[in-house]
Formats: sequence, structure tokens, C-alpha cells
Amino acid sequence: AREGRGAAAPGSSAAGTGSAMDAPSAAGLGGADPQLQRFIEVETQKQRFQQLVHQMTELCWEKCMDKPGPKLDSRAETCFVNCVERFIDTSQFILNRLEQTQKSKSAFSESLSD
Amino acid sequence: VTLGMESGFGSDFGSGGGAGGKLDPGLIMEQVKVQIAVANAQELLQRMTDKCFRKCIGKPGGALDNSEQKCIAMCMDRYMDSWNTVSRAYNSRLQRERANM
Repeated sequence: AREGRGAAAPGSSAAGTGSAMDAPSAAGLGGADPQLQRFIEVETQKQRFQQLVHQMTELCWEKCMDKPGPKLDSRAETCFVNCVERFIDTSQFILNRLEQTQKSKSAFSESLSD
Repeated sequence: VTLGMESGFGSDFGSGGGAGGKLDPGLIMEQVKVQIAVANAQELLQRMTDKCFRKCIGKPGGALDNSEQKCIAMCMDRYMDSWNTVSRAYNSRLQRERANM
């Protein structure tokens, strides 16, 4: 159900972070209550988004901000937008390449020792 | 304390849960949302403080002088602007990804 994540990572995290936790179901957490279950799924996804925004803001600030001025100039704004896009590209690239190296080698540890 | 809060909140939100309204899912969801919002605000503040301290404070003196305070104030606003820009950009990217599925 999660094939092709690398190409067009839908929904929860395009950047692929927390991929191990893309919990297919919150059944264990919500118990029998479907309303709670749904709530947990939605909030978890929202939280993943928020976390990534925090993380990217921090990273991109280092790359795009010199001296804080009276407003965010257009050059800095463009830099932030590019930064977000490139960060997600990087994440997808890493996932894709990992997938490839795992396919072409029989054991993951082999590819790590390259 | 918990029970007292529950009955108070239960009637406020009018979730009309079960008989005693003890483990009212509506109540739980509202409380969780609040906690999440608080956690996010704390996260934002923590990172903002870190970044603005780095940008605005050189050699730490005996107090924050005027220029440092002005810098911190501007930095806070710029950090919020940046956060919003990143949030919008990320959202756009996600929507684009979904559209390309």
C-alpha cells in the first residue's frame, strides 16, 4: 500500500521522515472507538506536518537569513521556498536511492559497506 | 481534580457522552488538541529563542542593551514570517504531490 512513496510521497509526509511510523492504523491507540481512531490519525498527520515545518524553518533560517531586518525581503522569501522544495527533493532522493540499492544488492549491510 | 474538570468541561462542550460522561471522547479530543497546540507553541518559542540569541547577542554583557533588544524583536517577527513561508511552501508541495498521484 505504500509503494512509490519515493516518487510522490502522498499525504502524511512528502519528506519521508518518520516513515517507519506511517502507522497504517491507529486501532491500537483508539481502541474500539472509531471516532477516536480517526481523530488520532488526523492529529498525527497534522503533527508530522508541524514538526517538519519546525525542522525546515530552522534549517532554512541558517541558509537564507543574514541579518534580521524590518521585513522578510523577496530574496530571502524565495530562498525559503527553494529551501523547502530542495529539502523534500533531498528526502525523496535518499528514499529512492535506498530502495534501489536494496533491490540491486541482496543484503542491506552490503550496500552500507560500499 | 480530574473528575471535577471533566464534569465542568463536559457540560461546557456539550458533548453529551456516555451516562456519566467520564471518559467522554469529545472531551479527550479537545484536551489533546489543546496539549498539541501548547507543545507546538513551546517548540516554536524554543527554536526562535535559539536562533535570535545567535543572531543578536554577540559577547554577552551585563544586560541586554537597546540594539540587542531591537534586534531580538525584529528577529522574532522575521522568524514568524519564515515559519509561515515554510508552512505555505510545504503545504503547496504536498498538494502538488497529491495532485500528481
